[in-house]
Amino acid sequence: MTMPMVSAVQVGKSFGALQVLKGIDFDVELGEVVCLIGPSGSGKSTLLRCINHLEKIDSGALYVDGDLVGYRRRSDRLHELKESEISVRRSNIGMVFQRFNLFAHMTALQNVIEAPILVQKRPRKEVVAEAIALLERVGLGNRLDAYPDQLSGGQQQRVAIARALAMKPKLMLFDEPTSALDPELVGEVLDVMRSLAADGMTMIVVTHEMRFAEEVADKVVFMDGGMVVEEGPPKLIFGDPRQERTRAFLSRII
Amino acid sequence: MEAMQARKFDSLVPETPLDQAEAKRLQRNLASDHNLTVVPVRKPGRWIAGAIMAAVAIWLTYGIVTNPNFEWDVVLANLFEPVVLQGLGLTLWLTVAAMGIGIVLSVILAVMRISENPFLSIPAGLYLWFFRGTPILVQLIFWYNLAFLIPEIVIGIPFGPTFFRGSANDLITPYSAALLGLGLNEGAYMAEIVRAGIMSVDQGQQEAARALGMRPGQILRRIVLPQAVRVIVPPTGNETIGMLKMTSLVSVIALSDLLYSVQTISSRTFQTIPLLLVACVWYLAITSVMTAIQGRIEKRFARGNRTVTTSWSRRMFGGSVTRNPK
Repeated sequence: MTMPMVSAVQVGKSFGALQVLKGIDFDVELGEVVCLIGPSGSGKSTLLRCINHLEKIDSGALYVDGDLVGYRRRSDRLHELKESEISVRRSNIGMVFQRFNLFAHMTALQNVIEAPILVQKRPRKEVVAEAIALLERVGLGNRLDAYPDQLSGGQQQRVAIARALAMKPKLMLFDEPTSALDPELVGEVLDVMRSLAADGMTMIVVTHEMRFAEEVADKVVFMDGGMVVEEGPPKLIFGDPRQERTRAFLSRII
Repeated sequence: MEAMQARKFDSLVPETPLDQAEAKRLQRNLASDHNLTVVPVRKPGRWIAGAIMAAVAIWLTYGIVTNPNFEWDVVLANLFEPVVLQGLGLTLWLTVAAMGIGIVLSVILAVMRISENPFLSIPAGLYLWFFRGTPILVQLIFWYNLAFLIPEIVIGIPFGPTFFRGSANDLITPYSAALLGLGLNEGAYMAEIVRAGIMSVDQGQQEAARALGMRPGQILRRIVLPQAVRVIVPPTGNETIGMLKMTSLVSVIALSDLLYSVQTISSRTFQTIPLLLVACVWYLAITSVMTAIQGRIEKRFARGNRTVTTSWSRRMFGGSVTRNPK
């Protein structure tokens, strides 16, 4: 049996006295689109950040593409990874943030080519050609030289997706990618994500866009209070949730 | 009270069919006029302030030009004296070199200071504490007299091989003492400016860079410092202009900078005021050039952060624009 792309086993995480994740178990298979839903403060974003090594987990184990997150196992010992080793693993995971976080001093094109050239040491010419193709794919082929503050929120987020894709990631993480957008700009970002999902990209999406989750996700995971309350295909979660808490949440949000 | 309000609202509603027709006609008129000229708000306060300031300026200029004690002819005669120009050269050279040392040192100190490694952050903190806590004048005299404290300077591994050995008396010239004193002191002040600049960069920028697999050094060099520069430049301009004048302290260790040079002349001729004016003219001239350079650098690093500038005429007149719907 092949290893799933992401596998969490009893993952726990605390910030001081506050326990944010209380033993999370869940798997994401290769090519799967998983939507994490749940009320704010339920630990969705923290889980996503743990997968990308932006937060350290306190207990349990988290595997990405067969590798233990944050550690290297040698016989019975777990060796903490050095920052440079973590960087290498991060470069295989794309991440899109709620607040876009485009590099403010760089144009759209510079944002996209920066990491492939600097981190992956790939030839500039090749990277630029690919970056232009990526920006065209997200519908911004005509805004290559625009600085982030000259772009709308939706455009910035699409550049951010292109920037993550330029690293040719095996897995894409989306942390509420449309929550900071004006309502009329949400659609353009979701369209790009839809086309990514159609291409078979493995994606974990923290979202409040229930219609998107219903339409695109292979699996929906409902989290509350640092635990996975219920998971299953979107039809089941949205159509016939078995847990009372899921039902209560959905009735409030839809 | 309620009755009054009710009546007021009533009056807004056209009562008769005739009033309704009138209101409609007014609305249509407003919509159909495509070229309406907007009359700007009058700003009489600005003109009153202008008149007062102009009066003050005329009065000051008149005083400066007509008062014979300024001795402008002496100022002009001494402005390009070789001694003065030599002093000016030294002042400029010290300013540039000490700022160079200070800036390089400050980036290192700022990065040490925010490091999670206590063996870096604490020494940096101690450095700042010492150099900001003692007067620069004392530091200059101290460096100049270093030979009394350490007669021989040895560079090497303690209890191991030596790479360099020299007499402090030969190494510490007035020049090197001035550079050390001004540069090391400036490094401490600039370190806080650089640290503030680094902290001003949004945390999300670092996070995005980490998520892309960039290593800490790369993030600092490519993402954080270039954005911090925008915040660092204005106070650095301030520091440079401050340094220009701080160099006048080096006269205590027998260096003849601009101020010292004019004083050597005035101590001979007793024309104290005009010769001080010579120094001021040069200090002002250099400061003006520096301000212009600073403006250019700021523009260069404003990329990705548009700022709206208002023209002088627009600020004075409020601007008269023709509103043109469609």
